[in-house]
Amino acid sequence: MNLAKSWIIAAKDLKSFLRKRTVLYTVVVLPLMISVLLPLVVELTKQRGKGIPAASLPGFLDAFAFFFVIIPAIVPTPIASYSIVGEKIEKSLEPLLATPTTDGEILLGKFIAAFLPAMIATYAGAAIFMTLMDSVTYGTLHYLFYPNWGFALILLVLAPISATLSVEASVIASARVSDVRSASQLGSLMFLPFMGIYLAGEIGLITLDTNNLLIIAGVLAVVALALFRVSTATFRREEILTKWK
Amino acid sequence: MIQAENLTKKFGDLIAVDGVSFKVEEGEVFGFLGPNGAGKTTTVRMLCCLISKTSGEARIADYDVGKESDSLKIRKLIGLVPDNVGLYDDLTAYDNLEFYGKLYGCTEAQRRENIERFLKMLGLWDKKDVTAGTFSKGMKQKLAIARALIHDPRVLFMDEPTANLDPESSKTVRDFILELKKEKKTVFLNTHNLDEAQKICDRIAILNTKLMAIGTAEELERSVRGRQTVVQLAQVNDAILGALGRVSTGKVTREGDSITVDVLSPEKENPDIVRAIVGAGGDVQSVSISTSTLEDAYLKLVKETK
Repeated sequence: MNLAKSWIIAAKDLKSFLRKRTVLYTVVVLPLMISVLLPLVVELTKQRGKGIPAASLPGFLDAFAFFFVIIPAIVPTPIASYSIVGEKIEKSLEPLLATPTTDGEILLGKFIAAFLPAMIATYAGAAIFMTLMDSVTYGTLHYLFYPNWGFALILLVLAPISATLSVEASVIASARVSDVRSASQLGSLMFLPFMGIYLAGEIGLITLDTNNLLIIAGVLAVVALALFRVSTATFRREEILTKWK
Repeated sequence: MIQAENLTKKFGDLIAVDGVSFKVEEGEVFGFLGPNGAGKTTTVRMLCCLISKTSGEARIADYDVGKESDSLKIRKLIGLVPDNVGLYDDLTAYDNLEFYGKLYGCTEAQRRENIERFLKMLGLWDKKDVTAGTFSKGMKQKLAIARALIHDPRVLFMDEPTANLDPESSKTVRDFILELKKEKKTVFLNTHNLDEAQKICDRIAILNTKLMAIGTAEELERSVRGRQTVVQLAQVNDAILGALGRVSTGKVTREGDSITVDVLSPEKENPDIVRAIVGAGGDVQSVSISTSTLEDAYLKLVKETK
């Protein structure tokens, strides 16, 4: 596999996305909103009453941190959809497939183009979130809650897996629909299981501590591997030209 | 340069291309004529290693179509202008070509040189910084041709390159194909434009799932029906028909006061025909030569398969 070719494809896609406002908004606004709103909720709760008790706060913060698994599940879908369905609509896949690049190189290029902005947005949002959340919780906890091992696990393991799953789902969805919006909607369904995990954490069904996060990461990695096989089988020259809608 | 032997493609029970065999020489402009759904695009896609063949053999230069290790080498060797231009509308003409130049592994100098050369040849150099999405159909088609040539391929596959173009743009594309021929590039042209095929192709194959005929435009025309001399007379009688029977080796048919004589060489045979008619007392009003056209050949061959 020639990584340089994948990078050429990714660079071209990234250049195109910078011109698409709707995609840019999703990449920038969602992480920024979550990073600012969650600390704001904690601060407002504190200002309006007693606030969240120190004993309960770490549990809430662990659950809030899980939003940084949900963000990379949502952000790549419009990018991946534009990247693949957009090419399908513009009929630009055939000349691309006629170049001396392998299916894997093209798919990797598309993957990088969707994955990279999602991860940058997630990490930038996480930096803002940690700074703001630490500043609003320090008075209650008397120590800096972030960074911690659980959040490191989320950012370094779970978030990349989550983004990978999202891109894979978008590739599979792209083969079955013929417009960007439908592909984006189908791909974004990937965030539902993560939302389920978050809600389970909030209502106390599971604890989103480091041990459980490791188990979740393991399960998601297996799912990502299975989806990788499906997406690579979907993204084959012959499939694209003869079977894609 | 291109060789196919019993090339077949099936999609489930549907046979899209059925045992097609042909050879295309280097520097030849080869026309692939056929109605919609004849298998022209499928053949090109197989030859460009975009889809697999079901059976048969095909080679481009020294490489085997269908052999995994040769497919990248074949794709380096060829350029494809698909039926849908498939440009990146939000990129400029220059950036579209730059992207493909990079994917084909051209150096920066090669890219710069080829982009300038082809955009100038196709009259798009002034528009190099304009986004492709704002281009007219003709300009997009020209840009797609430049894209297919960016790596200086030895073989160019063109799928309906003048479809939906105005006459002026079509002529520019045709002239450009003839320029490529001068550069010894092999051009495989899918078309259902008979006039275009006749004007620019060295040889033509007529496809309707199966290969119906192959040859020069003249050979295909002759394959339907030979040349005929049509003589319009004031009145036809047995003496005239008898005289014609003695001078002509071809079939003589009468229709009213008109006689049609099958001839091999009208230039040589017509004076004898006219002399024989006049000698038999006939009044010749007009003499014309009737030949079958490529259209006749095409329609007859396509009809035969229905």
